[in-house]
Amino acid sequence: MDVIKVENLTKKFDDFAAVDHISFDVAEGEIFAFLGPNGAGKSTTIKMLTTLLAPSEGSIELNGYNPINDSNAVRRSIGIIFQDPSLDDELTAFENMEFHGVLYGIPKKVRRERIKQLMEFVELWDRKNSLVKEFSGGMKRRLEIARGLLHHPKVLFLDEPTLGLDPQTRNHMWSYLQELNKAKRTTVFFTTHYMEEADRVAKRIAIIDHGKIIASGSSAELKAQTKTESLEDAFLALTGKVIREEEGSNLDRMRMFRKARGK
Amino acid sequence: MKTIYILWLRQLKRYIRSKSRIVGSLAQPLLFLLALGYGLGPVFQKAGQGNYIEFLAPGIIGMSIIFTSIFYGLEIIWDRQFGFLKETLVAPVSRFNIMIGRTLGGATVATVQGVIVFFISMLIGFRPVSFVMIPFAVLFMLLVAILFSAIGITIASLLDDMQGFQLIMNFLVMPLFFLSGAIFPLQNVPGVIEKIAMFDPLSYGIDAFRQLLVSISHFGLMTDLVVLAAVTLFFLSLGSYFFSKVQI
Repeated sequence: MDVIKVENLTKKFDDFAAVDHISFDVAEGEIFAFLGPNGAGKSTTIKMLTTLLAPSEGSIELNGYNPINDSNAVRRSIGIIFQDPSLDDELTAFENMEFHGVLYGIPKKVRRERIKQLMEFVELWDRKNSLVKEFSGGMKRRLEIARGLLHHPKVLFLDEPTLGLDPQTRNHMWSYLQELNKAKRTTVFFTTHYMEEADRVAKRIAIIDHGKIIASGSSAELKAQTKTESLEDAFLALTGKVIREEEGSNLDRMRMFRKARGK
Repeated sequence: MKTIYILWLRQLKRYIRSKSRIVGSLAQPLLFLLALGYGLGPVFQKAGQGNYIEFLAPGIIGMSIIFTSIFYGLEIIWDRQFGFLKETLVAPVSRFNIMIGRTLGGATVATVQGVIVFFISMLIGFRPVSFVMIPFAVLFMLLVAILFSAIGITIASLLDDMQGFQLIMNFLVMPLFFLSGAIFPLQNVPGVIEKIAMFDPLSYGIDAFRQLLVSISHFGLMTDLVVLAAVTLFFLSLGSYFFSKVQI
């Protein structure tokens, strides 16, 4: 069964198509990597899949629901670990978890149990009463992962989750996610710039560039298709070697700004 | 209900933890009370208007409420920049509840500030005419705080970053405060000023504080209540509308 179905999905900012008629499916229990250079349309796609942005065209079905009409059903089905931190620095680690649990309507007893279990897993339980602003980047990431899993999502979205993490944390995180994927059949949809990471954990990969999906398949298929030895070479063969706009987020902000003025 | 509560609780916790902000935000009203109260007091007395501290204190309470509540409404812009807003917006919760939770959180904080300023003004010589009316004055403080929190959220929903903050302070909050009759009586002022004050919702809030604390009123308590309630409802609806349109 496909837990994510995307057809002809398009997002236009004025005349610029950030995402241009893309279609793909992700099966339940799959680990799916969504790769592309900066500004290719990865984050915009994730925002549409996670109800944060309305598509200009096309359709999305997530866990059987439409993000536009059934946004709350979609929101309950997904967990998101954003590219930029999204914790409240002025609250403690535990309070951040608690806040999330209440927003997702998890009953108190279950909530407290799961918070303890997840925070123990990411090795932050002994720091539960520390303010998040005292945490390092890696600790914040771990806390965000624990938080994203608190409501037992069917699909977990991770937007460059390992950015700035050391190999230890990265390995620890992926072995947990793979375990979770096996045990609960949680679907994992992630983006990354580390090709060896995608190569190692993803069952299927889609490569997006200039808003269009230019290739998809398993890592072996992509290598065969481009006659290359590594996924990194395959990626470069497909997307070229030209360096892209450095800051995707600045671009996004500029677009939002223009849009806000336009209205 | 629980969502509204947790959002409200979050703002209270943030307030209590920001010690330097609390001190900073109380220094300003204290300065106004001392400098204006003692500085202009003799002139006010000579003009036959009575005790200026008594007149001024409700105005300064209003000042601290409008500053605090607009500031806490605008905090949404911070949340947007630091990413926390996303966490709230992807949760299966209605935008309306988020807006209400935040409004009540900011309003509670602003009311607490107002009450603290009330006690500070008592320290420097302010005496309310009757203690029975104080709870009613606090209720009016809450109403004014809800109103300006909603205005803050309305503005924050339309802005992307804090660059507009100074603009809002100088072109909205300051004029609202200075032209509200907070520091001068609205009787016998030039017609233009009186007209402007009539369109400033803070005028009615401060007028109500004055009526309840020192029995001076320009508009009358009933008018104050009706105007404040109507304007509050208007901005709550407007704020929910704009907030529901916020995209990340």
